[in-house]
Amino acid sequence: MYVAVKGGEKAIDNAHSWMSEIRRGDPSVPNVSLNQITEQLTLGVDRVMSEGSLYDKDLAALAIKQSRGDLIEAIFLLRAYRTTLKRFSYSKPIDTANMLCLRRISATFKDIPGGQKLGPTFDYTHRLLDFKLLAENETPLSPTQQFENKKVPHVLSFLNQEDLMQKEKDNNLDPIDITREPISFPTSRAARLQALSRGDEGFLLGLAYSTQRGYARNHAFVGELRIGLVEIELNIPELGFDINVAEIILTECETVNQFQGSKIEPPQFTRGYGLVFGQTERKALAMALIDRALRWKELGEDYSGAPAQDEEFVISHCDNIQATGFLEHIKLPHYVDFQSELELIRKIRADAKRNVKRL
Amino acid sequence: MIEKRKSWMSLLAISDQNDLLNLWDQKKIKISYEWLRQPEIGSIMAQGKMGVTGDKFNIGEVTITRCSVKLDCGTIGHSYVQGRSKRKAEISAVCDALLQTKMFKEVNENIIIPLEKIKKDKRDKILSKAEATKVDFFTLVRGESD
Repeated sequence: MYVAVKGGEKAIDNAHSWMSEIRRGDPSVPNVSLNQITEQLTLGVDRVMSEGSLYDKDLAALAIKQSRGDLIEAIFLLRAYRTTLKRFSYSKPIDTANMLCLRRISATFKDIPGGQKLGPTFDYTHRLLDFKLLAENETPLSPTQQFENKKVPHVLSFLNQEDLMQKEKDNNLDPIDITREPISFPTSRAARLQALSRGDEGFLLGLAYSTQRGYARNHAFVGELRIGLVEIELNIPELGFDINVAEIILTECETVNQFQGSKIEPPQFTRGYGLVFGQTERKALAMALIDRALRWKELGEDYSGAPAQDEEFVISHCDNIQATGFLEHIKLPHYVDFQSELELIRKIRADAKRNVKRL
Repeated sequence: MIEKRKSWMSLLAISDQNDLLNLWDQKKIKISYEWLRQPEIGSIMAQGKMGVTGDKFNIGEVTITRCSVKLDCGTIGHSYVQGRSKRKAEISAVCDALLQTKMFKEVNENIIIPLEKIKKDKRDKILSKAEATKVDFFTLVRGESD
């Protein structure tokens, strides 16, 4: 039973005022600017945009500042803002073959047309604290090299040519939009991918790891991981033609997994797919592994009861805003609910005592 | 004409608002216009394709500002630009209108060509840095070789 509580306004105001003071920290230390956050805490900004499901660097930076660096709180702020925006329309599907790649690697093929480019990565670093960063005025400059500006083909498209890779067909279906319609189970792959793309990185990481440890057999190779700039095309109804309206960074991951084949299909490789806002490769990789694990039914594989195969479990729990909303609400006053529990347990104990006496 | 208009509208849409505002303020183009639609902040839902070539799905939204203006000569300009800057949307719509008039040369030379250069420089920088991280892996045979 929900019963409203009244009062506490003054305490709440003072608590928020103290929170603001603490957020500012020591006034003798310069205030952090939004530019500093967007320029120097880029990956935090990217995570907030992807899970906040709204690509806007300035707003994500503001949310990070306002939430004192609590990224889930920042994601919450961005999601709340998102709901106030008028939705103009849906973009044309982004063609990631036109991506201007900052990074593009394959763990399955050594030599790929267009080459493997490591990009700005933490891979191959020694994970040692870099005390040089304590000296604040470093402005490192990295080398450049002559390049050819050519379209970079997807690595797995080469496997398509031999029919070794399952083709992903475009049936021209309009996907459901989980921000408009509630998800009902069983759901579509489109709904799952949308939920995963905005899902919690930690939750996805844990689940993807579980598939690697044997909970749902799907040994994955990273066919390709690419990060880069893409332009988003939109049809402008006033004009009757398409223009590019935005340029964003996306991370895309395609995994290659084995497929035993079925009565009607010969053995073939299949794909797990991850596509996420920003430079978010841990998340995109985890998304691809989970996408593949959730495709068991479509591919006629066994259900082994693994959490990562259970779409209702995965999709209902991957949203950190739903999760934290429900989890954290139990901190708020539940006096009346608890009062009834208290009365109940007193009554049961009294009855039990009486019964003991009777014996 | 449509191809050209698509290209300048796209360029204005993704330009950095500070770059556009600086170029516009430097040029001091005096022009009067009325609103057909005041700047309005909203979003579009970006879509991707499953497994690169498959069916569409929704990735997430992107903030967009749009507006429409009408010059005194009757020419109409529209803008749909990335972000939440109403000023960027306004200047973009005015530029779109002017580029359809006798002012084409002036606006093209002072706004569009400089923005194209900024875009190209940014892209070339990314490509040249990425090229410098191109790696040649070679494999070694594991274990006993004979």
